[in-house]
Amino acid sequence: MIEFFNNINTGICSFLHINSYIQGVVVLLCINIIAILGMAVLTGFTRLFSFGNAGFMAIGAYTAAILIVRHNVNFLIAMVIGAAFAGFIAFLLGSLTLKLKGDYFLITCLGFGECVRVLFNYFKKLTGGSAGFPGIPNYSSMVFAVICAILAFFVAWRFIHSKFGRNLTSIRENELAAEAVGINAFRYKRLSFTFSAVYAGWAGALYAGYMMYIVPTNFALNKSIELITTTVIGGLGSLTGSVLGAMLVTLLPEVFRSLSNYRMLIYGFAVVLIIMFRPNGLYGYKEFSLKRTIAWFKKLFGGSAKAGKEEA
Amino acid sequence: MFLQQLITGISIGGIYALLATGYSLIYSLLDFSNWAHGEFAMLGAYVAIVFANMVGVPFLIAAVLGVCGAALISFFCEKVVYRHIRSTGAPNMFLMIGAMGMSTIFQQVANLVFTGQYRSFKFKLPVNTIEIAGAYLGVLDLISLVLTAVILVFLMYLINKTKFGLNVRAIACNAYAARVLGVRVDRSIASVFLLAGSLAGVAGILYGMKYNVFPTMGNIGLKAFVASVVGGLGSVPGAIVGSLLLGVLETFVSGYVSSSLRDFFSFALLIVLLLVKPSGLFGVDVQDKA
Repeated sequence: MIEFFNNINTGICSFLHINSYIQGVVVLLCINIIAILGMAVLTGFTRLFSFGNAGFMAIGAYTAAILIVRHNVNFLIAMVIGAAFAGFIAFLLGSLTLKLKGDYFLITCLGFGECVRVLFNYFKKLTGGSAGFPGIPNYSSMVFAVICAILAFFVAWRFIHSKFGRNLTSIRENELAAEAVGINAFRYKRLSFTFSAVYAGWAGALYAGYMMYIVPTNFALNKSIELITTTVIGGLGSLTGSVLGAMLVTLLPEVFRSLSNYRMLIYGFAVVLIIMFRPNGLYGYKEFSLKRTIAWFKKLFGGSAKAGKEEA
Repeated sequence: MFLQQLITGISIGGIYALLATGYSLIYSLLDFSNWAHGEFAMLGAYVAIVFANMVGVPFLIAAVLGVCGAALISFFCEKVVYRHIRSTGAPNMFLMIGAMGMSTIFQQVANLVFTGQYRSFKFKLPVNTIEIAGAYLGVLDLISLVLTAVILVFLMYLINKTKFGLNVRAIACNAYAARVLGVRVDRSIASVFLLAGSLAGVAGILYGMKYNVFPTMGNIGLKAFVASVVGGLGSVPGAIVGSLLLGVLETFVSGYVSSSLRDFFSFALLIVLLLVKPSGLFGVDVQDKA
């Protein structure tokens, strides 16, 4: 099964002359897109903050890795189980903590993420501890990762534009009013939390297959913060904006290799400036649309052409 | 052994308390968690290091300068960033995201300027121990304990007995009404940031004396944040109690159970406590405003 995808991948890449470096960047981009789509549903559309998504990534990654390496499970099934297990844990955690308000919920997520990391470090027999978990087969080929990312985007898009998504948006705008019109806010928040954890677990499982070696520190608090940062940069309330944010955050450091020391510094400045001057993120509440982009370009060029005519 | 652990725990808890009260003060006024607060402690410690080790100023003066530096940085954050975000009428959550960004910036700047190297004060610190009732207590621990206690008592006095404290409590209660009644809200908020920053500076220097100074030491802010949540967001006495609790718990877990499980216990305590008491030990019940 792994060979099947890898063969297709080799075929396509040699046909398109894509070298292994670019393949790696694309895989990383796809992983980030999946994780950030999960954050976008949770943070952008439900206005819940989770500092625990790196923890869910870790759960997905370790579940998939352990199933594949120790129990010889097919990697597709292992990935699904990893994502589902992360979602299951989120469901349980959310059942307990989503009744807490505001920052109290946030801090329990943070605590959860740190607990996961410490426990994965501690149970050396199961996870290899801080020495890491080696020997994962390389199943995240470029083609497979791209298929995953497209599928993830499609599912998230359908989810947001369904009744569930509209209910989530109403909770974001005003929870009290949403409850007044009969939306069970707690259940929908839990749904959204679970959804984002499934995505995080999925991204984690792909990450394990890409790195072929995972350590708990890969999934520390900084990873969660990076995910939130990217979501904010992309836009709170826009799926395409989040994808754009993920692209910026993954691709810009690759383009500006020489500035890699300043990467996090630039993130920090980007977040502060965006929050100060464009609080809804790059895309705000709008989704990318071809029509609007064409209209925008027309206005840009048409406007200047018109002005030119008038002068003449 | 027990007494020794207890004293160490309380002295670490005291450092947390200096930071946690800052979180609480700012939360009580502006309803947001200032994520950059731990970084003020880190920067204060670095200012003190620069003056003590590189310029060669006597240690006490360097420490005072460090505290002032932390206070000024905190003040500057409020003036430039938070006030601007508040004036746009954005939800409080955006303040928190902004603070997260500031925290990243400060940490990275420290990393670039001072590198990741661990630094310690060249000042000869009292490392000897004294024996009380069979327990060996570090002089440094005792100094930090006494200093913290004095500062916290002074802080409680400031908040409960002075005009400034009255203003702060009025704003915490209802900022709009306070403004109508003639409290200078922005000025009070700025002074609270100065106060919280200087407390953070003291915490950073004490921590730096006990361990080392390094760019990611602002992460103790996370622990202090946990402590202030345990005590109840926005409550200063709660923050102090929560910090002492957390400090003692951490020392005992490292001493008797396992030091690698220390963080697990503190975060598990946090989650369990919030499930039992959703707004912390001393917190006010958070309600949606209709």
